[in-house]
Amino acid sequence: MTKIKVSIVGASGYTGGELLRLLLFHPNVEINQVTSESYTGKFVYKVHPNLRKATQLKFSSASELQQCDVLFLCLPHNSSQNKIDFYKSIAPKIIDLSADFRLKNQDEYEKWYGHKHVRPELLKEFVYGIPELHREEMKNANYISSAGCNATASILGLYPLFKNDLVFEDRTVIEVKAGSSEGGNKVNEGSHHPERSGVVRSYMPTKHRHTAEILQELSFGKNIQVHFSATAIDIVRGLLATCHVFLKKDLEEKDIWKIYRDAYGNEPFIRIVKENDGIYRYPEPKLLSGTNYCDIGFKKDENSNRLVVISAIDNLMKGAAGQALQAFNIMFGFDERTGLEFTGLHPI
Amino acid sequence: MNAECPVCGAQIQLAADAVQGELIECPDCGTELEVVSVNPPQVKEAPQEEEDWGQ
Repeated sequence: MTKIKVSIVGASGYTGGELLRLLLFHPNVEINQVTSESYTGKFVYKVHPNLRKATQLKFSSASELQQCDVLFLCLPHNSSQNKIDFYKSIAPKIIDLSADFRLKNQDEYEKWYGHKHVRPELLKEFVYGIPELHREEMKNANYISSAGCNATASILGLYPLFKNDLVFEDRTVIEVKAGSSEGGNKVNEGSHHPERSGVVRSYMPTKHRHTAEILQELSFGKNIQVHFSATAIDIVRGLLATCHVFLKKDLEEKDIWKIYRDAYGNEPFIRIVKENDGIYRYPEPKLLSGTNYCDIGFKKDENSNRLVVISAIDNLMKGAAGQALQAFNIMFGFDERTGLEFTGLHPI
Repeated sequence: MNAECPVCGAQIQLAADAVQGELIECPDCGTELEVVSVNPPQVKEAPQEEEDWGQ
């Protein structure tokens, strides 16, 4: 079997490490190089101890990159766009896990990211990386921009409602509770254990950049508003998005079930989680650690037209590395679930 | 012929040996259902014990 030769640029971060963990066991992949400027020459297990004995790979410098079939870019935001021509010269296909090419509109990019895009003419070359929305485009894509974690959970939770024009366009409120790994592996005063442990910290009540992706994917040509807030809580992996929307017409829960079943009934990584009994009646991020699932639940307010949609993912998996691998599988015509079969742990 | 879950609308195929009064679970929403009739297949939500949930 011919294997796809891949390299990971920026493999010492949490997302790069997670992607490496997945790719090492993918039957159709050969890993060429993994790069890190901080750890050049070091074994990858020195940084990602879970990969001890799984590989003898060492980090290279990005300047030593050799030709390969696919480059995964796991760099900080505002890095990929500055060297995109170099990366394009290394591989014909690129999956960028940063935010650099997620937005299609240059003005929106500059509004939300506060600086000019270096290569705005390339924005439209990248397919936005949520497979459930853009599967067909991915099949022929050369460039994919993996979606933001908070955006992924929010978009997947709300997509069937906006697509079917079922909710008022100006009244969507999303509150995301997020784990510490969303902040990456760079330390700061706020991540110091005595400060970070036990927090319920409102770190972005407004103006979160992922809002731009949510607007882009849910607007369907209309002028919509999404009111997004994010709160850091005391977990390492995972996030829970609680979305409040207001229905245009009086739908019963059975109707809403049908809408979600129609949208996601055949999706391998989306599960509707809404039960009347048991311990886990609605989506719970801790059950999703290490998995590529997005669990979605909902509850209609009996006293109003409010619908609460709850979605959960592992931010490093469906919110980053897992989703990128899912996109890779689609790009090359592999079974979408290849390398992503892990169903999680219980108890955990 | 399938029964329809009264909670989530899922189509539920009753087992060949299903009997009236039997309790089954909806594979989609997990609701416990009582088989009201086998022919035609019909189910209703089974009575639940109230739980102390969400204090």
